[in-house]
Amino acid sequence: MEKLKKKFGSFSFWNWVIASIIFRLILIYFPKNLNLPSRPEVSTPLTSFRRLAEGYWLKQSSMSPYAGQPNHLLYSLVSVIGDVVSAMLIRATGQNLQLAYFRTLDSLDLVKQIEGSEVHSSGDVAALIYLCNPFTIVACVGLSTSPIENMAVILCLYGACSRLIPLAAFGWVIATHLSLYPAILIIPVHHFFQPPRKLFLQRHQQKGVLNQSKLPPGFSWRPIIHFAFWALVWSVYVLVLCGISLKQFGGLWEMFKSTYGFILTVEDLSPNIGVLWYFFAEVFEFFRNFFLIVFHVNILFIILPLAIRLHHRPCYLAFVYVAVCSMLKSYPSVGDSALYSGLLGWFVNELSDMQFSLFLFCGYVGVSLLSPVMHNLWIWRGTGNANFYFATATVYACLQIVLVVEGVSAMLNHDRKLRSLIAGKPQDAKS
Amino acid sequence: MALLRRPLLVLLLVVTHQFLQLWIVFGSVNEEGQKQEEFFEELLLKPLPDRKLLTHFHFQSSAPPSSNGRHHHLFPKAISQLVQKFRVKEMELSFTQGRWNYESWGGFDSIPSSNAKPPGVELWAVFDVPQHLIDALWKNLTHTLSGLFCASINFLESSTAYSAPEWSFPPASGNLRYGTLPREAVCTENLTPWLKLLPCRDKAGISMLLDRPSIYRGFYHSQRLHLTSTGSGSEGLDPGIILEQTLTVVLLPNSQRASLARASEKHIQPSWSLRSIFGKEVSGKCVLAENSNVYLLLDRGLVAELKQLHKEDEESAEKVLASENYWTNPIFELSAKPDRIFIEESSLLSKNSSILYKFEVEKYSESEPFDLGLTWKIPVVWLCQQAPLHASRFLMGSGNERGAIAISLKSTQSCEGFTGANFDDERCELRVDVFQVVPWYVKVYFHSLQVFVDQQPKAVSDIIEKIHVSPSKDKVSPGVMELVLKLPCSVSSAALTIEFDKGFLHIDEYPPDANQGFDIPSAIVSFPNFHASMVFLENDSLNKSPLLSKFQEKSPVMSYTEVLLVPLTTPDFSMPYNVITITCTVFALYFGSLLNALRRRVAEEERFLKDKAAKKSGRLPLLLSKLSAKLRGRHSEPPHSTPGSSSLVNSKLVFKVILVAGLAVCWQYYFS
Repeated sequence: MEKLKKKFGSFSFWNWVIASIIFRLILIYFPKNLNLPSRPEVSTPLTSFRRLAEGYWLKQSSMSPYAGQPNHLLYSLVSVIGDVVSAMLIRATGQNLQLAYFRTLDSLDLVKQIEGSEVHSSGDVAALIYLCNPFTIVACVGLSTSPIENMAVILCLYGACSRLIPLAAFGWVIATHLSLYPAILIIPVHHFFQPPRKLFLQRHQQKGVLNQSKLPPGFSWRPIIHFAFWALVWSVYVLVLCGISLKQFGGLWEMFKSTYGFILTVEDLSPNIGVLWYFFAEVFEFFRNFFLIVFHVNILFIILPLAIRLHHRPCYLAFVYVAVCSMLKSYPSVGDSALYSGLLGWFVNELSDMQFSLFLFCGYVGVSLLSPVMHNLWIWRGTGNANFYFATATVYACLQIVLVVEGVSAMLNHDRKLRSLIAGKPQDAKS
Repeated sequence: MALLRRPLLVLLLVVTHQFLQLWIVFGSVNEEGQKQEEFFEELLLKPLPDRKLLTHFHFQSSAPPSSNGRHHHLFPKAISQLVQKFRVKEMELSFTQGRWNYESWGGFDSIPSSNAKPPGVELWAVFDVPQHLIDALWKNLTHTLSGLFCASINFLESSTAYSAPEWSFPPASGNLRYGTLPREAVCTENLTPWLKLLPCRDKAGISMLLDRPSIYRGFYHSQRLHLTSTGSGSEGLDPGIILEQTLTVVLLPNSQRASLARASEKHIQPSWSLRSIFGKEVSGKCVLAENSNVYLLLDRGLVAELKQLHKEDEESAEKVLASENYWTNPIFELSAKPDRIFIEESSLLSKNSSILYKFEVEKYSESEPFDLGLTWKIPVVWLCQQAPLHASRFLMGSGNERGAIAISLKSTQSCEGFTGANFDDERCELRVDVFQVVPWYVKVYFHSLQVFVDQQPKAVSDIIEKIHVSPSKDKVSPGVMELVLKLPCSVSSAALTIEFDKGFLHIDEYPPDANQGFDIPSAIVSFPNFHASMVFLENDSLNKSPLLSKFQEKSPVMSYTEVLLVPLTTPDFSMPYNVITITCTVFALYFGSLLNALRRRVAEEERFLKDKAAKKSGRLPLLLSKLSAKLRGRHSEPPHSTPGSSSLVNSKLVFKVILVAGLAVCWQYYFS
């Protein structure tokens, strides 16, 4: 992956953006040949465009039976625009992050040490990874709703990063409303508002001088209350809108039951790239509730350790949360991995010495080639078996696990390196 | 003792018999003011164009509304209890095997439109209770019926198996529940409890003909039970119930003459007699029946054909057909003399009228049993009257992921005659109701509904006048689609297609033979503008015959489509343990390794880094070298082994083991 990034860096950014848009438009032109909207990798029960159209039709039919269906082409253009907007937001966030990174280094007087190594413009790299990732393209062209969900998540992170609290709250509420899992992003968003002081204090204590101008603002309740207020406003807004549109169909409770309930109690057992569908198709009925709790608690249990360990890097924390969710969610699709691989681009510089990156890259390529083959063998030809497809799903889950674990440990190592540099500097000065 | 006992027994029997008879007479006299319980038995025979014979047994028992509902003379008590307990207003249960061949056996008469049923079990019931109580009553009703008829009707209990059609099912009402079990095997164990409801069972009367092997050898048999309770207006009065039991069997008479293999006689319809098809004869009527009749119906097409044949040699065909000595005419010969002949009133719809011969079984006795035979003399070819459109249904698509259901309606030429007569104006429209239930694992996308008229795609809103859809919910309710189509009369073919995704089930939800596939129940296609009724002249005597009065009722023409077999993808049924362990391993790997990465301390890390620097290799090579060392018998020493600590651990372990053992010994000693 690192090598790819380098290659992208040498080209002009905008050329790549335009190329990727044109590529999407070309693919949209051949919807029938690719048959992407029905791929299990692209459309899960939650992101399938067909189901969206069906729901829209049913809603319309209760009032006027044949108001028609949403235009496919229009929707694909919407998702292309969504992708581009997400990429731009990623770019802006990445630039912000890099600025903050250099400022931090600057405040720690470590710029010289870093300058020796090559520094990429992480915003550009992340945006290009997001735009040119085959997963993103497939999710966009495959009429899945995940580009929109991803955009909401990125909007939330962008808002938090650039201190636009209402925007962050809006993104968070919409993302949560669309797919529930981004709800845990509230923790990194809060970390954005209270940057860590420990490192600086440690550094400056050693120096004995407190440079007030370089010190980041301290902890304060104000942004948090501000965020809570806006989140409340937006969620009330969204709920009222939903309530109005669902008034004659059983109201909000029905909506919660059939959206969040559907996500939490893995009811649809149609195959996807996760492992839970096969698990719940095979597990004994009386263990079902137990395992449902276990798998969802797995997401919740890891929140706190990560938040403690990575509290000084809220953006990275957000990336890890997104990756963990896309790995453990009940109906994963490639759109989710598109999101976290895009976010991964933010940390090109920090993660430059991550292990197994080539192995992971090859693994991803292998799985994305094998999984359609296995699916075809099982479903269409009938010569394969469900276990074949499940095996690729397991491998995919393992790859994501390795990615998350290695990413986290590489980031921790990087921070350790910084700390050792800080600790090492006085010794250098003495000698 | 034995000698003494037998006369006593006989005496006792005689006395009780006399008493019973008296009591019955008394009972019937007592209720002279009201109506009595009545039982009718009838048999209809009808030759079908494709050399087969339709036999239609019709038994009707009725109980008038009465206050002493506990006791019945003729009416089956089980049924009256069922009606009272579950507040059933109307109910129909049918067990069917085989498929009614609408093309050659006709689809317009009242026999196919009310007796042609989908394969398996079909049950619908209308309840006389408020909406919220219906589902509970339905569940209890299915269990009761399942016990009564030795069938797995109780599978209709689950909410995924039944539906509540709003208006497209002919006895439309909000309190209706409808369910089918297409795969139910129907056999003699279902017939026996059905026969038990008859007062004479199969011991006397027409039901004596019900010889199991010949019935189940048939091409189609449908055993139906229809209940109507006539509302109980005043309180304390039990509702009057009419129980109608019919058995429709299509048989191929095995004629001896066909085996003679004479080329000219191959085209002659096989001749048959009751004895040759059932192996039995009727020896008198069931004494409890009001009347007991056998009818022979020659339908409109056949009569028209006969007239045609007659015209060649005689002028007054009509007269000959109805004349008294018609039963020995040049075309066919009846072995018994009909007691009456009915001719259908020619209606607007058709010029031809069918002819019905009535035979009264009453006149025959044990010594002179009734046997009706029909011998054809010359070949006759005719067509049964068809429904305006012939409906069939099929699956499209391949693979186990998705597909489409197509319902195709083909115009039968026969309908053109009456449509022309019925609607003269330009905007002639043919109304077709379609009622389709799909199980939840066939996830239908209603927005993908497409309509083709004469192979041309049409806008859905042009053709479909009214639509009602209730989408399926996973494991909760099936999908129901009700449509009203308005087709132009000149239509020659129409098709509806709708796409679906195939669901994936939990392994427990698959039937034992999962790879056979799943059944989608028949769709019902009905034509509300067309009514199947036969109005016979000489109405006076018909009131006594429920079968003929049934014929006179206007029932909408309806037909059932084929049952579809949808193969669904199966998971590996032998894998549950493997899948659980593998998935849990993946999750443990995730949780453990992530926590490990998070909790690694700096000092430890530095030591690790030092090690790494010393080894100058990554983690994977380190692991590999360790592994290879182990394999080779550890000649390369492990990095930091501390023998002292391990021995310490060992001594601690030994101490703990001893402590536990001691505790166990004490425990054992104390309790013994």
